[in-house]
Amino acid sequence: MIPSAFSYHAPTSVAEALSLLQQHGDEAKILAGGHSLLPAMKLRLASPGVLIDINQIAELRGVVINGNVNIGALTTWSAIETDGELASVCPALAEAVALIGDIQVRNRGTIGGSLAHADPAADAPAVMLALNAQIRVTGPGGTRTIAADDFFTDMLSTALEPDELITSITLNKLGAGEGSAYSKFAHPASRYAIVGVAAYVKLSGGKVSACRIGVTGAGPKAVRQTAVEQALIGSDGSAEAIAAAAAHAGEEMDILGDIHASEGYRRAMTKVYVKRALTSAVARAR
Amino acid sequence: MTATETRERIVGRAIKRREDPKLITGQGNYLDDIKLPGMLHVALVRSPYAHANITSIDVSRALAMPGVVAVFTGADMMDINPMPAAWQAGGVKNNAVTPRALAVGKVTLVGDPVAMVIAEDRYTARDAADAVDVEYEPLDAVVDARKAVEPGAPQLHATAPNNVVFEWECGDQAAADTALASAEVVVKEPIINQRLIPTPMETRGSVARYDAATGEFTVWMTSQAPHVHRLLLTAFVFGIPEHKLRCIAPNVGGGFGQKIFCYNDMAFTMWASRKLGRPVKFVEDRSENYKYSTHGRDHISEAEIAGTRDGKITGLRVKTWANIGGYFSTIAAGIPTTLYGRIINGVYKIPAVHVHVTGVYTNTAMVDAYRGAGRPEASYLIERMVDRFAAEIGMDPAEVRRKNFIQPHEFPYNNQLGLLPFDSGNYEPALNKALETVGYGDFRAKQAEARKQGRYLGLGISTYVEICGVAPSAWIGANGQGWGAGLWESANIRVHLTGKVVVTTGSLPHGQGLETTFAQVVADELGVNYDDVEIQWGDTLGTPFGYGTYGSRSLAVGGVAIKRSADKIKAKARKLAAHMLEANELDIVFENGKASVKGSPDKAKTIGELALAASVAYDLPEGMEPFLDETSYYDPPNCTFPFGTHISVVEVDPETGHVDLLRYIAVDDCGPQINPLIVEGQIHGGIVQGIAQALYEGAVYNDDGQLLSGTLMDYAVPTAAMSPHIETDHTVTPSPVNPLGVKGAGEAGTIGSAQCVMNAVIDALSPFGVKHLQMPATPERVWNAIHGG
Repeated sequence: MIPSAFSYHAPTSVAEALSLLQQHGDEAKILAGGHSLLPAMKLRLASPGVLIDINQIAELRGVVINGNVNIGALTTWSAIETDGELASVCPALAEAVALIGDIQVRNRGTIGGSLAHADPAADAPAVMLALNAQIRVTGPGGTRTIAADDFFTDMLSTALEPDELITSITLNKLGAGEGSAYSKFAHPASRYAIVGVAAYVKLSGGKVSACRIGVTGAGPKAVRQTAVEQALIGSDGSAEAIAAAAAHAGEEMDILGDIHASEGYRRAMTKVYVKRALTSAVARAR
Repeated sequence: MTATETRERIVGRAIKRREDPKLITGQGNYLDDIKLPGMLHVALVRSPYAHANITSIDVSRALAMPGVVAVFTGADMMDINPMPAAWQAGGVKNNAVTPRALAVGKVTLVGDPVAMVIAEDRYTARDAADAVDVEYEPLDAVVDARKAVEPGAPQLHATAPNNVVFEWECGDQAAADTALASAEVVVKEPIINQRLIPTPMETRGSVARYDAATGEFTVWMTSQAPHVHRLLLTAFVFGIPEHKLRCIAPNVGGGFGQKIFCYNDMAFTMWASRKLGRPVKFVEDRSENYKYSTHGRDHISEAEIAGTRDGKITGLRVKTWANIGGYFSTIAAGIPTTLYGRIINGVYKIPAVHVHVTGVYTNTAMVDAYRGAGRPEASYLIERMVDRFAAEIGMDPAEVRRKNFIQPHEFPYNNQLGLLPFDSGNYEPALNKALETVGYGDFRAKQAEARKQGRYLGLGISTYVEICGVAPSAWIGANGQGWGAGLWESANIRVHLTGKVVVTTGSLPHGQGLETTFAQVVADELGVNYDDVEIQWGDTLGTPFGYGTYGSRSLAVGGVAIKRSADKIKAKARKLAAHMLEANELDIVFENGKASVKGSPDKAKTIGELALAASVAYDLPEGMEPFLDETSYYDPPNCTFPFGTHISVVEVDPETGHVDLLRYIAVDDCGPQINPLIVEGQIHGGIVQGIAQALYEGAVYNDDGQLLSGTLMDYAVPTAAMSPHIETDHTVTPSPVNPLGVKGAGEAGTIGSAQCVMNAVIDALSPFGVKHLQMPATPERVWNAIHGG
């Protein structure tokens, strides 16, 4: 519970943070909410020599809703959870965020920090996949946008370059005929997802015209469920159609087993929770 | 006239705990709050292997680091003895191997300390611990008690062949064999009571200071038994007189048993403070607490219950392998023997019982008393087996219980398993009350209706009895029990000349609210204001010797010692009042805080007036010593046997295996309640710990002896949000054992609850043919039971 020694910097702008990141290279870690990094440091699983605390960078904080939804990377879960307008235009996000950790965790934890860390059991990555999030990152080479589909590359690994910083996340507002939901099987101790499923559906003329599903917790990284999506698109979104489609859940992914849930059980639960998330999302879309 | 005349009794009132404002606003004084001038900090080098020979330890790199004062290994501390074994299994040979201050030569569990780094601050110490180079020769490990006794298993200690600590039995083997062989119905079930990690909110530690001028040590410790720790550390570990050590338990942030034991950090901080001439502090972090401080339970049993088709239980035979861990902890052998086997019959008259227990070393954390300590294991086993028996013969489990209860007229009841007789009990009213509250009459119909809709409800009953206030010394110290000392308790009461009352007790609180409970007793006994009673505890310098707080004994033994000191104060006060009122002592009555002349209530002296007179002492009766100051050492004639019925209702989600705890009803009988609010709090906390065992908690080791559930991210201690609404009620059956009639309430909730939930879960799963399920009933385990995984 005693971390190794480190030096500490608290830049006040993105430019300053990037410059520190370049200066210290591999030795440095960005500190946002700290809820993944600090426990790892206390257990000495991580021993960064330099911490760059971005909490003073005001431009990274806050939610703006115009034509779409823009969430600053440093926005805390509790700020997202308590934003009523956000909940109405991105129900799956609000639902997922309310299930993260506990109040203390949500008061500190940030959306950008969670995405950059890419814990295989974090909730947000599944929601980002289902809602087709666009993740804005800035580095020495300038700013670029990475689609959620391309962002999560492996366990604890992302498309973010070591010298880049996530600055914001852009989501589409859901309108009429669209529904989203998050359904979670939480571990009783950590509150991380043993299986977490975010689902988005669009109904047109009584048929499912679009569907995106993100699964977290079950595998080494958050992944889409394209076989389920394809099976559901074109159907009437009935309970039978959902059940038939959900039977394909977990087909195209690696499933993990550990002391909390075996591989076989996680696979079975992936199907159950895909079904449950889809059922809610379709009901909301109607 | 004085306020005492109109004062109402405070015993029995649900007043708030007087200690809480301090504790919940951060004003408490816990071990880690203690900072002494010149204090040094310890970081331990702990073994990463569960079983290994230590081939070399090189401390040179660590010693060279700035801020490091010293690095010691076990070889440096051979001038002190290993930690003591204070409770061995009675009547049998014990192969007790206790830890040394630091491991010497080999390690037998992950986290076994092999070196201590002492530095000016904790950060330096921790960094330097990484710079101690230890070479190990890893050995094969074994973590399962049954595998550890098999031929060819890795051997932990040369003096314990086949890793056997002891083999112990109670009951009548021939009678049990005959009962089983001739029974109409026999049900056999493997029953596992999984290993739990106590998880007090405050971890453990020690701060030791040595005064070279006087040769005296002072040790602040996270302790449930500072006087016992003083005795063990001086007489057994250091070989110095008791008066050369002062032990102080400051505020203790929970213990659940884990802080009863005499740990090696007490010894190595003392040793190092003497060596270095500076105070030395060691505080565990949570990971260290999980790896090295004691765990609880961990029994593997084979249970067989026999009975008749019409529901009479005729026999019980149990074989248990109790995991003791890598070494023998202070009272490790008493828990799975005396406190388990001897109460295995529960609330039932079972004519033929035999229990055999094998205590086993494995490459895991030491196992010792954890809330309930043996009795939850016994209660779980018998209550599961009674349900299994009921299901086998197709009888209502409530009815089977009723048919086999020990009846009220049969107390004191001797269960023939080596306990003193059960003091008092009336089991059926508690059962009836709980059944009525849950609506048992309608439940089975509701359950059948729900099943038609694909909903799986279950109801579980637990009718438990336990042993509190374990005593008397003449019994527990006898050969058959193996306890190495007495189990009485002490108290001193002084009434100062201002009328304020100071109580010092050999008992102490570690979170239960004893300052409040004890003050309530004293206020009523002496008829003084509750606020005028001060309870002092925890410091061996200022309190009489006592055995400490555990086994739900603090009130039933420690509280009674206080009551008896109050009686002595009153006797002296009566004599003094007779003198002051010029009356015959036989005509003085002491009631409501006043000594008055019988028939003339106006001729009276309050306890305050009498205390003043006794203190100024210029007009005392012939031969009376000044001051109202009395001490008692109370050794009860028997244990107490609280009991009750718990009922829970669950719903199981067949698709996921999740268990939803819909209702929890607890009807407990701990005798008269001094403070119902504190009793309810104790019951609530205890029940949540039992629910946790049923549904969430379980320490998991891999085959190499690595603790996989080593953090609070992995080991699911329930939060308030995971706890159900608990519907509490009680019956009151006073104990004839002590003058307060009290029985004890600290562990009852835990003892009654795990099987209550498991019986409900298994009842819910009965349509799937499930007859038994091991704990914890995690969603995956339940799902597998449903889906045949």
